[in-house]
Amino acid sequence: MMAKALKNRDLLLGLVLIALVLAIAARFPGYITPTNLEGIFTDTSILIILALGQMLVILTRCIDLSVASNLALTGMIVAMVNAGAPDLPLAALVLLSALIGLGLGSINGVLVWTLGIPPIVVTLGTLAVYRGVIFVVSDGEWVNAHEMSEVFLNTPRILFLGLPILAWVAILFVLIVAVFLRWTRTGRAFLAVGGNPTAAVYAGLDVGRTQFLAFSISGLLSGICGYLWVSRYAVAYVDVARGFELEVVAACVIGGVSIAGGIGTVTGVVLGALFLGAVKNALPVIGISPFWQLAISGTVIIVAVVINARQEKTAGKLILRDSHRTH
Amino acid sequence: MAMDEEDGAPVLRMRGIGKRFPGVVALQEVDLALYPGQVTALVGENGAGKSTLVKILCGVYQPDSGEIELAGETVRLNSAEQAMQLGVSVIHQETVLFDELSVTENIFLGQQMRNRLGMLDWPTMKKRAVAILQDLEADIDPDAKLRDLGIAQKHLVAIARALSVDSRIVVMDEPTAALSWKEIEELYAIVEKLKSEGKAILFISHKFEEIIRIADNYTVFRDGVVAGSGQVADTTQDALIALMVGRKVDQIFPKQMVEIGETVLEVRGLSHPTEFADISFTVRRGEILGFYGLVGAGRSELMQALFGVTRFSTGEVVLDGAPVTLKSPSDAVKRGIVYVPEERQRQGAVLPLPIFQNITLPSLGRLSRNGLLELAQEFDLARQYAARLELKAASLSHPVNTLSGGNQQKVVIAKWLATEPRVIILDEPTKGIDVGSKAAVHGFMSELARQGLSVIMVSSEIPEILGMSDRIAVMREGRIVDTAPRQEADAESLIRMAIGATQEAGVDAA
Repeated sequence: MMAKALKNRDLLLGLVLIALVLAIAARFPGYITPTNLEGIFTDTSILIILALGQMLVILTRCIDLSVASNLALTGMIVAMVNAGAPDLPLAALVLLSALIGLGLGSINGVLVWTLGIPPIVVTLGTLAVYRGVIFVVSDGEWVNAHEMSEVFLNTPRILFLGLPILAWVAILFVLIVAVFLRWTRTGRAFLAVGGNPTAAVYAGLDVGRTQFLAFSISGLLSGICGYLWVSRYAVAYVDVARGFELEVVAACVIGGVSIAGGIGTVTGVVLGALFLGAVKNALPVIGISPFWQLAISGTVIIVAVVINARQEKTAGKLILRDSHRTH
Repeated sequence: MAMDEEDGAPVLRMRGIGKRFPGVVALQEVDLALYPGQVTALVGENGAGKSTLVKILCGVYQPDSGEIELAGETVRLNSAEQAMQLGVSVIHQETVLFDELSVTENIFLGQQMRNRLGMLDWPTMKKRAVAILQDLEADIDPDAKLRDLGIAQKHLVAIARALSVDSRIVVMDEPTAALSWKEIEELYAIVEKLKSEGKAILFISHKFEEIIRIADNYTVFRDGVVAGSGQVADTTQDALIALMVGRKVDQIFPKQMVEIGETVLEVRGLSHPTEFADISFTVRRGEILGFYGLVGAGRSELMQALFGVTRFSTGEVVLDGAPVTLKSPSDAVKRGIVYVPEERQRQGAVLPLPIFQNITLPSLGRLSRNGLLELAQEFDLARQYAARLELKAASLSHPVNTLSGGNQQKVVIAKWLATEPRVIILDEPTKGIDVGSKAAVHGFMSELARQGLSVIMVSSEIPEILGMSDRIAVMREGRIVDTAPRQEADAESLIRMAIGATQEAGVDAA
């Protein structure tokens, strides 16, 4: 039973997460109170949403390093629009953020699809470009809380069934992506394209189009997160979420998404993001400098990759006729 | 021809060489001798064991039995490096050189000269490269990047590399396959030159004219054994072909007699800018059309165009009397044309994806309702075809990479059958399959035809072609040279057409 649990990556990660939470709670009982746990989830919501988009991109053998810049640029634009036209309904602003994010994401997608530039190069470029554009549109100025409207700031905080709207948005996207991957043709295409691009072409799938779609979805989610981030921290400036893309990729890797493409689950990604969230939340409680968080995340990533590599190693070519794999 | 050297000692003698791979005996009790200053032609069908022998000679494979004698001494060739040091140079069919390095760097890679300080001595190497290239009368800049050279020039660099070490034996694996007429003439001149320098040359070729022109001796391989050897002057093209084929088609093929119906697929004047031209043929309901040819005759390229993977430039494809456009594999699948590729592992299965999802991958269109997949229906479809192919799997939800190679192939075939095609193209359907499974695949192919599918089978194995096809098309150099009913074909005529041999081009005149 235990051996089987160790083989199921998602289950293993879930157990490790619970063990971590219990270990911290053993010394700091306050950590495990419902309020704190709810706080961890809410704090991690944006990371979860971004990691879902990133997972789709990585599944197709690409990577999107521009998510944090996309988020910051979109966040700045909607904040400025809100400051300039406070009467514009929130729905319009959310729609605007989704569209800007989608646009920025599809730029990545087009460059990868039509020009065939490696994704890491494309998104490293747009990471810098999008970040630079924030300075251009804002002149380096900040948009502060007092310039934003009440609705803009408070809507994600409204409690619904005990959880803030922000957390519900994350849950909603988790469900949508889960359904998308399991129950739609396009979702299946993401797994097939990353698993074996050549076979995917022969099965009538368009690899480039699928990758374009992945970047577009990742962009769309980044855009929406742009609004969520700015309203949560009640400020927009050039350096918002700088470097956050690494945390997003980390959540995917810890969650068992294979950088080689074709392997990954929604459950894994959510657990990977929550793991990072739990560590981040625990450090101030335990009294460790938040700067350690990076070192700890890094260690966890390496451990996760080692575990993945060991698991994938069992998948040999089966050259010997009578070799049988035990499941 | 230097008759007196026949009696001289061979520089290389291989005795009783055997090599087996899981499920196949590649070479059995093979003897081969190479003499200084002479060209020995190695002839044989695809898969007769020529490449295995070359790999043993250049140290990539180690033989299971037999011994290799080099200049009278028994040697073991444990690595490519060792073989090179002992004076064996191989010029491969596809040159294995480095595109990003210069000509000089390529020539001396792995055997660089050093100066007194232990540093690489580029000036000396370059001087030496210039000398070797001049010797070959090759007009190549020693500083040029290899990527900027044409195929023929790359061959020359490979030859220069072979000459840079003091090689006694030069193996040329189909060196003229990719060359133009003029370049071939130049290559022949180089071969003559190597001969005059006393090097022993093993020349692998499918082209009988060139064998008769430049070779002194021949060895014919058939099914991993030496079918015959001797002096070229004493033989004829016909005799060589007879040795090459030699075998009786005595395997039992489970071909069912099927009533052949109306024309399903008609291909008219299909051409591709570089791969094939003027391809016309028809396939009827219940018919198995075999495509025979040498490897590289353009058969797979043609099939890939029919499947929409590549585009053809002119011509048309008519299905059930109506012209169809085939711009992508999904077009082809929609029209009912499917293609089971030769490299089933690489082009066929998505290894991390569950078995059932692999089987249904091209059929998802008809398994969705309102944009959502009907998972129960999907699983049923997968189960149905898995059962039909007797797939052995613990669970259809396990990823494909948990299956054995043979079962992975079944998944790929199941995947295409699940699309309920009209025309199924099988590219080398039994390549790399053990003998027992071959019969199963053949039985299955017959069954498909009986159910009314039109089957196009690309195969390089004569017994399979003769045993399974209703009609046989032979391709050579991108064109169909003949299409004939099976009753009118025999092994010898097929080979003759595939290699482009003529009746009268004997050597008796020489």
